[in-house]
Amino acid sequence: MSEFIIKNGHVFDPVQGIKGDKKDICIKDGKIVDKVGSSAKVIDAKDKTVMAGAVEIHAHVAGPKVNLGRIYRPEDKLFSCTPTKGMERMGSGASIPTTFKTGYEYAKMGFAVAMEAAMPPLFSRHVHEEIRDTPIIDEGAFPVFGNNWFVLEYLKNHEIENTAAYCAWLLNVTKGYAIKVVNPGGTEAWGWGLNCLTVNDPVPYFDITPAEIVKGLIEANEYLGLPHSMHIHPNNLGNPGCYETTLDTMKLAEGIKAKNKFGREQVLHLTHTQFHSYGGTNWGDFESKAKEVTDYVNKNKNITIDTGNVTLDETTTMTADGPFEHHLTGLNHLKWANVDVELETAAGVVPYIYSPSISVCAIQWAIGLEIALMMKDPMRCYITTDHPNAGPFTRYPRVYKWLMSEKARKQQIESFKHKDKVLSQTAIGTLDREISLYELAQMTRAGPAKSLGLAAMCGGLKPGMDADVAIYNINPDKPVANPDDIEKAFSRCAAFFKSGVQVVNNGEIVSNGNKRTLWVNVKAKENPQVARDINEKFIKYYSMTQANYEALGHHFVPNPYAIEVDATN
Amino acid sequence: MTKVITDVICPFCGTLCDDVEVTVSDDGKKLLEVANACVIGTEKFLHSQSSDRVTKPRLRQEDGSWKEISYEEAADYTAKLLAKAKKPLMYGWSSTNCEAQSVGNEIAEIAKACCDNTAAVCHGTTLIAVQDIGLPSCTLGEVKNRADRVIFWGCNPAHAHPRHMSRYSIFPRGFFTGKGQMSRKIVVVDPRCTDTAKMADVHLQIEQGRDYELLDALRVALKGEWLPDVVAGIPAEKIREVADILKSGRFGIIFFGMGVTQSLSKNHNIDAAIALTKDLNEYTKYSIMPMRGHYNVTGSGEVFAWQFGFPYSVDLTRGFARYNPGDSSSIDLLLRGEVDAMFTIGSDPGAHFPISAVKQIAKVDSVCIDPHLTPTSGVSKLHVPVAFNGVETGGNCYRMDNVPIDCRKVVEPPVGMLTDLDFLTMVCTKLKKLKGVA
Amino acid sequence: MANSISINLISGRTIQQGVAIESGKEKPSYRTACGIIEMDASDLKKLGAWKNTNVKVTTDYGSVIVKAIEATQGPHPGVAFIPMGPWANSVVSNNTYSTGMPTFKGTPAKVEVAINEPVLLGIELVQRQCGVKVG
Repeated sequence: MSEFIIKNGHVFDPVQGIKGDKKDICIKDGKIVDKVGSSAKVIDAKDKTVMAGAVEIHAHVAGPKVNLGRIYRPEDKLFSCTPTKGMERMGSGASIPTTFKTGYEYAKMGFAVAMEAAMPPLFSRHVHEEIRDTPIIDEGAFPVFGNNWFVLEYLKNHEIENTAAYCAWLLNVTKGYAIKVVNPGGTEAWGWGLNCLTVNDPVPYFDITPAEIVKGLIEANEYLGLPHSMHIHPNNLGNPGCYETTLDTMKLAEGIKAKNKFGREQVLHLTHTQFHSYGGTNWGDFESKAKEVTDYVNKNKNITIDTGNVTLDETTTMTADGPFEHHLTGLNHLKWANVDVELETAAGVVPYIYSPSISVCAIQWAIGLEIALMMKDPMRCYITTDHPNAGPFTRYPRVYKWLMSEKARKQQIESFKHKDKVLSQTAIGTLDREISLYELAQMTRAGPAKSLGLAAMCGGLKPGMDADVAIYNINPDKPVANPDDIEKAFSRCAAFFKSGVQVVNNGEIVSNGNKRTLWVNVKAKENPQVARDINEKFIKYYSMTQANYEALGHHFVPNPYAIEVDATN
Repeated sequence: MTKVITDVICPFCGTLCDDVEVTVSDDGKKLLEVANACVIGTEKFLHSQSSDRVTKPRLRQEDGSWKEISYEEAADYTAKLLAKAKKPLMYGWSSTNCEAQSVGNEIAEIAKACCDNTAAVCHGTTLIAVQDIGLPSCTLGEVKNRADRVIFWGCNPAHAHPRHMSRYSIFPRGFFTGKGQMSRKIVVVDPRCTDTAKMADVHLQIEQGRDYELLDALRVALKGEWLPDVVAGIPAEKIREVADILKSGRFGIIFFGMGVTQSLSKNHNIDAAIALTKDLNEYTKYSIMPMRGHYNVTGSGEVFAWQFGFPYSVDLTRGFARYNPGDSSSIDLLLRGEVDAMFTIGSDPGAHFPISAVKQIAKVDSVCIDPHLTPTSGVSKLHVPVAFNGVETGGNCYRMDNVPIDCRKVVEPPVGMLTDLDFLTMVCTKLKKLKGVA
Repeated sequence: MANSISINLISGRTIQQGVAIESGKEKPSYRTACGIIEMDASDLKKLGAWKNTNVKVTTDYGSVIVKAIEATQGPHPGVAFIPMGPWANSVVSNNTYSTGMPTFKGTPAKVEVAINEPVLLGIELVQRQCGVKVG
């Protein structure tokens, strides 16, 4: 296979503690190596920034609700179509790109891995078909567990071993990556048009609380020793005052230690924290509670978060928090799609326009940035937009610009119609911190990789790791003249290598690479009771047979990469 | 000796029953018996065994007779047809699997074709309405487990989706519906006293074509406002009675079909039905679901959408995807005489398009990929028979509620017969060469 | 008794149609299932047509010979039903009103007795109307 040497670049690698030193990066047979032979192809990265491929910890890029968004929003394709060009298939979609476009856009920004944030298990075949049709980037998917009938029944009686056995079974048959929880209990309540807005609201009929669900799934996750922690979208998303529910949720992790062989240190990953950091009692006195939330996370080191930054675009919201979407359509009266999924979960889709002229949207924008700027440990805070909920992932470079340039933030604040309210309801005006390139590498590469339990494989440039290397047109030795240059540099990398194959050159796709589907293969103890319960529910309640539910043939996952977990002791 | 294959998926309609059992000979070559499928599904499986199947591609001659050719020659012909055409239409896709649909998309992109599926004559107008107003829906298991109000509007599952009522919508005993049929109230809206209506607690024998008015009247009745004495042939008291039945349930589902998608108000009917569903969610929990016809029309829509961005009537002629029903839709393209080559697969437009559109198909160079003899093959220039998907080859399909189920292969196809996927892959390779594409 | 009556024509699925298409559209069973028009008893009487005899159905879009049978899912006076297929599609409205969807349900039609005219087989019916030479 090919050998490459990337010379003269300024390397930012938190895994090895390299903070911009000029260093050569050597690639051989898909991995980073110490040195290569003289026949290696030389890539000159003089005056450029070199980082590992970025790791997307949470985005909605593949699956039924994503596609429902595509189907019901033909207008999302207006002016965003790209024609067939060379080896690039045609693409379309601004907030919900088609699968080919998704892969290309991530690769052009230097992303190596993306995690599909919510897979309804009944639809695993759909998620994997879309993952298969997303070129270049490695992907995994998180099945959802927080409203699953098996989980609700087992955790009502605090049966952690049975819960763990069921989770292992489900991860295996869906080729899933992690235990995802969305609006625990509330989405089952939504099956009757109801919801759970606090961690203590009981779920109708099942009579279990979100607190019991969350705590139980954390314990099951550690029982199994999975690479990632329980990954949660707490109750009460998006409502003024919701930060209290967020704190209540995070408190459930207190005192629990991570147990795994992957270097993961957190037991709870709180996702799109921006949406969960609201104070006030209504949209009039709506205010930021970013400080309260980040204070807690700063102190409690067994938690990681991602930001969920609002990008001030027209976008499409989509989430397994079905009741929230119904609430949202009541607010903005834009078309609402919903799918309740038997025994498992639900999904809702509603377009949304984050207009800079609306004070609430401007405050949301500020909160997302506050969170990143107030978090002390960049290895525990990752930059996302909960794509496409708070904005399209193609806006990440803009978010980086806002975080790395106080001038850019001030420009944006000055342009707001309700600038005064933004300054009074948030602390954004007081924050002068500028994220450095090294911190950016922590927040977009090393940090998420570690949180996902993939630290040995990606997120860094240590010899032995996958050769995912991104080169950006930004010279750390020159001060940034115009913050827009930051956005430009990170939008299109000068070159990107994925698993040792050059896939992007000067912002253009030059190879489709050989993407993999990452999944977690859990070897768990035999559990005849859980096996019987699964059997019974398929016969009685599911609309599909168990054999067909478990069918996930090779044509769905043509290039699987299994992370083995032995949970038999 | 024989063996029984279980968990077989029936490849006929959008109900996509997956509990069929097929008995085959030990060598896997003969299909002997089918259990659990409805009479239509049973016929599909058994007919695959008939000795009068066309097993080789055939090209129509000048004198109207057929000449057998090889698959290789057929693929050549098809690739050339697509390469030469300025505006080829690649239509159908609904009776084949997603893997084949995906290769078909690749072909369409290279050929710069218009591609469309049978939603064009089925639930296309539903898709238009969904794009205007959204879609509160659920999976069929939710209906089985929760629904206590079931409305069939402009559809006749007793005839079109025969096992739907026993598997999902009327009879099953689900988690919260342990009394089965007794847990549910059924309302049927249909201008005829259909076999489905015979199972209803209330049958509204609506004046044909007046669904929009009746849907609107129900929305009005929900709000307790004034109604005229009769709407769409239904007395106001009856409308109010039905509104109360709907409102008093704890989980309702509206199934709808061609009665509302194909009658004059088309997408406006569906818009009104979805609006009614949204209104009902102010009082209780309601969902709405289209009764998709072909067993994988939903899949075609899904694959088109994730690869091109639109669910049907996709125009790729300019090198990027465009969508505009009425302009880019099959019937209109044909009626305007814009199509200069026709490629049909997994469908039968010859039988199911208005004859004026079929006449256009007959005028141009054409390929029909279908295991059956059909009116489409009857007017096409090249007929390529392939293995029956879901019987002689497997592959992913999507049920009417968008749930993906991987169809199984239960028996070998006749010797030498290719699958859709095989043939399309050959065509794709040849087309790439003709177009000088890598 | 009239020479012809006006009815509102709709089209759709039947179980027999489903079985017939899977058996093969070239077979007579397809004609038996779909080359028919289901009419309400009162309409048959108005027309003066005997049950199970052939009639000619004409619309603005074409005409076709089908066998008139008594409605199996009636009563529905004024509405007549031809199962989906080439017989129905010889006469239904092709007008999509820019939605892409023809108006398969709700075409005004005229029905007349045509007791001596044959109902064609499915594929033949389409080939004839399209002028396709059959060798």
